Amino acid sequence: MKVLVAVKRVVDYNVKVRVKSDNTGVDIANVKMSMNPFDEIAVEEAVRLKEKGAVSEIIAVSCGVAQCQETLRTAMAIGADRAILVETDAELQPLAVAKLLKALVDKEQPGLVILGKQAIDDDCNQTGQMLAALADLPQATFASKVEIADGKAQVTREIDGGLETVAVSLPAIITTDLRLNEPRYVTLPNIMKAKKKQLDTVKPEDLGVDVAPRIKTLKVSEPAKRSAGIKVPDVATLVAKLKTEAKVI
Amino acid sequence: MTALVIAEHDNASLKGATLNTITAAAACGGDVHVLVAGHNAAAAAAAAAQVVGVSKVLHADSAALAHGLAENVAAQVLAVASAYSHILFPSTASGKNVAPRVAAKLDVAQLSDVTKVVSSDTFERPIYAGNAIATVQTADAVKVITVRTTAFDAAASGGSATVESIAAAADSGKSSFVGSELAKSDRPELTAAKIIVSGGRALGSSEKFNEVMTPLADKLGAAIGASRAAVDAGYAPNDLQVGQTGKIVAPELYVACGISGAIQHLAGMKDSKVIVAINKDPEAPIFSVADYGLEADLFTAVPELVKAL
Repeated sequence: MKVLVAVKRVVDYNVKVRVKSDNTGVDIANVKMSMNPFDEIAVEEAVRLKEKGAVSEIIAVSCGVAQCQETLRTAMAIGADRAILVETDAELQPLAVAKLLKALVDKEQPGLVILGKQAIDDDCNQTGQMLAALADLPQATFASKVEIADGKAQVTREIDGGLETVAVSLPAIITTDLRLNEPRYVTLPNIMKAKKKQLDTVKPEDLGVDVAPRIKTLKVSEPAKRSAGIKVPDVATLVAKLKTEAKVI
Repeated sequence: MTALVIAEHDNASLKGATLNTITAAAACGGDVHVLVAGHNAAAAAAAAAQVVGVSKVLHADSAALAHGLAENVAAQVLAVASAYSHILFPSTASGKNVAPRVAAKLDVAQLSDVTKVVSSDTFERPIYAGNAIATVQTADAVKVITVRTTAFDAAASGGSATVESIAAAADSGKSSFVGSELAKSDRPELTAAKIIVSGGRALGSSEKFNEVMTPLADKLGAAIGASRAAVDAGYAPNDLQVGQTGKIVAPELYVACGISGAIQHLAGMKDSKVIVAINKDPEAPIFSVADYGLEADLFTAVPELVKAL
């Protein structure tokens, strides 16, 4: 079974982003970029499934600018076999990415597609579900455990209030939650090997997908600042302040 | 112009998140209808009919809808979607699961985690873990939206809408419910609690977590939350996690004990009315958002606080 894993290049999760002074967006020039953390978990899960023998080939896919190649090389250093970059300078929104991935799913016919549950830049949490809808495949989102057997995936999902287990027939779309696994570190020899692996580049036009954004960003602003608080010397003062000043207890 | 709210329920009763979503739907302008898709969920449909601002409840009943499987619920929503200009889901695990599936089938973009309705086509939503607020406009004919429930008040009860039974969509047959494991708790629900006491990695073990946090929560009638570090270390179950990847909360009082305040955690709680931080590290970032900061060892300060209350 082939697995397709979608990875996104995002601002590193440790970076505290700043809103541009003209309110057109977030300043990401000269900021460290990395693979979206949930996508690392997705690649790791694909590699573990391959190590268990449930998967024969792992294809990593990324959509975006030319630099996404670095993200794909990282995926191949973790263990993906080859990569496809859908290259475009256009702003890509989840619906467009889902359509691009749908075109690749039609072409590659994977038995499973694994994505992260959300990207930490746009915080959308949409692409996996949209891909499932467009490809008319079942979905198992927010996965914390995946077992493949008898043409089905049994997936434990993180839901409000606990866990839920669903069984989906393959092919299926799975999106990863944080606790699915702990991604391995890439080693230098694997980084070197990844440089030799196959990386194909296609354009959205080649896939016949219109990626024009549907949502227009009018403005990006700083969130409301909290007014500076005070430090209290002891518990008694804290309780007194909460009772008389804040009146919350 | 009519908005459809997809109710979150457990078949017996309506979940609180539905009420906040109804308020957001009303802000879009026009009538508000509620879809209750479930199995033997007449009680939830009746409860939805009593919410102020709701003019009609659609009730679809089928065994295939019992567990809210995305494939089946999305098909149910799509069966009635053509009558609506706005389709709103609460931004909960189940809302996030189904909404994008509906949007993609309608070939429209989806707006996630909306925190403010500016006008019927313009909305505010946080990006980059809440470090920026984007004002976005959609040109799509149908607006599919998930609503950040803590950003909207809950709609009151006292209405009297009609309940209309509609035909249930067929089972997709592609997925099935196997089972669930829900954390038992008699505390207030995290996302609805007025007071939350939250513990971090500094607690050191799950025994200490319970030993220190539970008396404080009991005393305040509070829900217990946790940072990702505490959850990953196994000190607390994952459904207690507050943050970008866990629950987004906005209680009146949030007490952070032994939590440093990583941006991913702050994204989940910085809209709380009053924030108290108890931490022995004077440099902890949590102090930059806390209204009241106490620089102390939580193992002595928290029991002292319990005693003082």
